[in-house]
Amino acid sequence: MAKVLMKGNEAIALAALKGGIDAFFGYPITPQNEIPEYLSKHLLAAGKVFVQAESEVAAINMVYGAAGAGARVMTSSSSPGIALKQEGISYIAGAELPCVIVSVMRGGPGLGGIQPSQADYYQATRGGGNGDYQLIVYAPETIQETIDTLKESFDIADYYRNPVLILVDGLIGQMMESVDFDKPIRKRFIPEKDYATTGTDHHPGRNIVNSHYLNPDELEQHNLHLQKKYQQIKNNETKFEMINMEQPDYVIVAYGTMSRIARSAIEMLEEQGIHVGMIRPITLWPYPRAAFDQIPKSCKGILCAEMSMGQMLDDVLISDRGRHDVAFFGRVGGIVPEPEEIVDAILHFQERVVK
Amino acid sequence: MEVKYRKSQGLTDKKLSYCPGCTHGIVHKLVAESLEELGVLGKSVGVASVGCSVFSYEFFNCDMQQAPHGRACAEATGIKRVLPNNVVFTYQGDGDLASIGIAETIHAANRGENITVIFINNAIYGMTGGQMAPTTLEGQRTTTSQDGRNHLIHGNPIKISEIFSQIEGAAYVERVSVYNPKQLMKAKKAIKKAFTYQVEKRGFTLIEVLSSCPVNWGMTPPDALKWIEEKMTPVFPMGVFKDSGEAHE
Repeated sequence: MAKVLMKGNEAIALAALKGGIDAFFGYPITPQNEIPEYLSKHLLAAGKVFVQAESEVAAINMVYGAAGAGARVMTSSSSPGIALKQEGISYIAGAELPCVIVSVMRGGPGLGGIQPSQADYYQATRGGGNGDYQLIVYAPETIQETIDTLKESFDIADYYRNPVLILVDGLIGQMMESVDFDKPIRKRFIPEKDYATTGTDHHPGRNIVNSHYLNPDELEQHNLHLQKKYQQIKNNETKFEMINMEQPDYVIVAYGTMSRIARSAIEMLEEQGIHVGMIRPITLWPYPRAAFDQIPKSCKGILCAEMSMGQMLDDVLISDRGRHDVAFFGRVGGIVPEPEEIVDAILHFQERVVK
Repeated sequence: MEVKYRKSQGLTDKKLSYCPGCTHGIVHKLVAESLEELGVLGKSVGVASVGCSVFSYEFFNCDMQQAPHGRACAEATGIKRVLPNNVVFTYQGDGDLASIGIAETIHAANRGENITVIFINNAIYGMTGGQMAPTTLEGQRTTTSQDGRNHLIHGNPIKISEIFSQIEGAAYVERVSVYNPKQLMKAKKAIKKAFTYQVEKRGFTLIEVLSSCPVNWGMTPPDALKWIEEKMTPVFPMGVFKDSGEAHE
């Protein structure tokens, strides 16, 4: 397949098909509607499963059931809808089932708006569900990177038996870019789904999909087991990009749409003789803390730029461990900033330093 | 030696965790026997809910999933859609199904999901210690309706079988009880029929079982069974509320 010009949400849907999706369960919400619309047609045509659920709550629990039955399952939603899915996500993580969740962020809080935003960083990386669990969270910055990530996510979810969250915003969902669907993905060994509830005719013993441990010792053991897995994910899957990191005057930290804008700002600053580098986290969890060790002492400071009021900022402060001044730039509510605003933030860095 | 009776293969050897006199155990037996007799145990997937029957995943001798509170029918939908030839059932109490999970249950029925719902109506929240359920009777004292349920404050008991009889996707809805052997036999017949409909892919089936909760009702087990007959059945009349089976034959 040659390169095609495609809208982000539709590309996400097609990438899911290429990734071997068996079933999709979702509920309409702007700005991600083209994902279920596209899949409703193509999944049923392929003899696979598509259900428009009665709510996001029901959709994520359908995901839970189908994932427990051994299928490759996906759901997608946007901010308030992802909020509703948190209960089910916690159960899926607790029961160690694989699934892919696409979150196309819009402005909040509450009903908020429908324009692009990055205000769900906490929701994605800290979660709203109960208990000590983690999602593997990817924050691609282009449609190409989104589809490459999504195709691989089904394997990653299966490999770790853990939900993967693809975090994009309404801009990536709604814009069009030229994309290639045939880029090869990393081959992984996917273990047999011997946990799937396919009926005892099909496997020895009974399979129980469960996150319920009434005995505190057992529940603690289960948590320790999960933590071991999360550590393995941290070791193996942390992903980031470093740009212009040779003796930078400043370093910008940005992901997704904001990192695209930062790229333009970096070029504009270069013309003014200010050399600015960038750390672009690709996984938001696990967060690329080690990347910050590569910021030289001579660097005058780190600018965390987000389309939120400063959520990833926490991770930047944790990762820098007080070695540099950290400043913040953010726009919210659906405002996508101009590169000039980031240029200005670097030029007035000291005024923005987080105390 | 001729074996006259043995425990159903549909139950594990795990000791039931239910209170003395509770009828959950009897209903478990009826479900287990039905699955065994229909020869579908090896392809059955049950969904345990939140409430007293949360541990049913340890009791039914088939594959099981444990659902978040109220979400059993959504979870069952997910299972059944990807495993259409398996037998999928949920086992839910009145808090789980009729309160927090009524949306999931109604929509599963409305989509005609080919699953079987075993609905235990004991007019109270047992697991959490006797709070008012959506099915609590007018005047019934619970820990959250200490002067008795008052419809002006709490609303009236919700009638699940009547509601589901109005839903096109529901193939079979019957309300039964287990307060005496005769009713128990009728309940068994209904449960087995519901699973038979599922095997024949006729659509959504729901069996409401009027059950007892002696501990939280503050009664002896025999008095509790009497209370089902005398107090519950006038409010929740037994019988077949929907049977579209014939039309499909």
